[in-house]
Amino acid sequence: MPKHELILLKNMMQPGYTGSLPDYEKTGGYQALRATLGKTAPADVTATVRKSGLRGRGGAGFPTGVKWGFLPKDYHGPRYLCCNADESEPGTFKDRQLMERDPHQMLEGIVLACYAIGAESAYIYIRGELVLCSKILERAIDEARTAGYIGKNILGTGINVEVWVHRGAGAYICGEETALLESLEGKRGLPRIKPPFPATHGLYNKPTVVNNVETLANLPHILTRGADWFASIGSPPRSTGTRVFCVSGHVKRPGNYEVPMGVTFRELVYEHAGGMRSDKPMKAFIPGGASAPFLTPAHLDVKLDFESVAAAGSMLGSGGVTVMEEGTSMVWAALRLMEFFYHESCGKCSPCREGSSWLVQTMRRIMAKRGRMEDLETLSDLCKNIAGRTVCAFGDAEVAPIQGTLKYWREEYVALIREAEAANLVMPEPVARG
Amino acid sequence: MTFSEKYKDEIADILSRYPVKRSALIPLLYLAQRDHGHVSEAAMKEIAQLLGLTPPQVYETITFYTLFNLKPVGTFHIQVCRSLMCALVGSDTVLEWIKVKLGIGPGESTADGLFSLCLVECLAACGTGPMMQINDDYYERLTEEKLDRILYDLRSTGTSALKSGPFMWPEPVGSADRPSS
Repeated sequence: MPKHELILLKNMMQPGYTGSLPDYEKTGGYQALRATLGKTAPADVTATVRKSGLRGRGGAGFPTGVKWGFLPKDYHGPRYLCCNADESEPGTFKDRQLMERDPHQMLEGIVLACYAIGAESAYIYIRGELVLCSKILERAIDEARTAGYIGKNILGTGINVEVWVHRGAGAYICGEETALLESLEGKRGLPRIKPPFPATHGLYNKPTVVNNVETLANLPHILTRGADWFASIGSPPRSTGTRVFCVSGHVKRPGNYEVPMGVTFRELVYEHAGGMRSDKPMKAFIPGGASAPFLTPAHLDVKLDFESVAAAGSMLGSGGVTVMEEGTSMVWAALRLMEFFYHESCGKCSPCREGSSWLVQTMRRIMAKRGRMEDLETLSDLCKNIAGRTVCAFGDAEVAPIQGTLKYWREEYVALIREAEAANLVMPEPVARG
Repeated sequence: MTFSEKYKDEIADILSRYPVKRSALIPLLYLAQRDHGHVSEAAMKEIAQLLGLTPPQVYETITFYTLFNLKPVGTFHIQVCRSLMCALVGSDTVLEWIKVKLGIGPGESTADGLFSLCLVECLAACGTGPMMQINDDYYERLTEEKLDRILYDLRSTGTSALKSGPFMWPEPVGSADRPSS
């Protein structure tokens, strides 16, 4: 059993817990809502969340309370909350579990967030493939509406919050918050140029907050047990609370593990996930989803908090940890991820649209042992000209697998190219014809 | 009966969720796909009319998203995840099994129209790979034996008990399905 207290996965770890409303209420569910709505001022809810140090769990790690604080105070028209449930980052599968096993935990968080920001409508933008999950959420919303936790005049407080499930349709980019809003408006999911930010010009050009599933699921606990309690967990002051890490790849027990921020990768992989699946040692791991550069076993003692992983040259991102054993080709692994990004580039910005195609073609050539030494220069050059030159962070993400592997496993690229050179024996000289 | 007559109530319910009509576009396209297995040009035109859009506006949107089929697919549309996390645990082998067992490659359908196959990118089941989605259902931790059983079940009953339920992995201690340590 874990050495620490579970927060988000606690209920679902109980034998027989179904995630139904009666089950959730038995564990103290919706008590935060009862204690907060109409009793604590919305501004104080925001202040509590800010004080707790909660940072967004979707990938960027932006402080949640601060994000809420950006909404205009003097605007009296509609505001919106969007729950980002478009979990699509390769390596990440935590939101699916949080929603399918304990949907009310997140729904309570949604209503609390709506109360704090003054929104009466919330849309759960869920990735389209998760059909079962959408059904579970819709059933849970119906249960909550019948019990008076969602809808008009919640628990007699006069507060209205309506929640809808909106299915995406298979586009990774729609996890980017402004692409999500475009998609929710019924358009192609192309990220918007920022500023203006969603806080002022979001859904339908109205003030909007977009928060991740796990972020919202933390809210009932923070409001029930207090900001100081939450801020004492993890790696304060900058990475507080727990996180649900998703471990995949060549480990004995892949899966979701909730640990306080600040434990090491070594503990996560070797204690929680049971270590490597065979006697082959670890060769590499991705610390935070496909967008995070690869790290090596030398980084196993890096702490799982935002700053430590960034200092190690990668990012904590979405919490998807993928482990690869010795014998895995790093060029192949980088190519697989690159093919993902090539497939998912939305096409709005030319550096990303054209660059992802160039990167894939060059990588495929190297992998097919037809590469040339100057391809390495081309790859680095392309990466430099994509990262930071696009409307959204996708550009930085797509170069991560190549930059990370070129940094630590350049010799694997070189070996493949040397094989190509050896096979090419002699380049024929042009024959002079008289 | 036209699409809008057939689904009058459902369409009204969808439209009631959004202050701006165009937001109903993707939900209505899903409704059309549920009806036919794919979204036909006629359905697109009708949806355009319902939402006050031009047909090209509907077309530009639908072509951005991979979950809409513009052409008919098999009764059972198999989507195998090919992303790195599944590939590390054998998704390429799963694809080979399917190719051999059904005699089709990605983008093809069996002659009887029962199965179609395509490759997809990450479906958020990386801890339980290799995996595939068939129509609405996920099938995870695939083995050749499991695959045989799933194909058999679908052929004979149209559904399979091996599809995933509410997701949790690893399962809590005491559950039969928990992987041994």
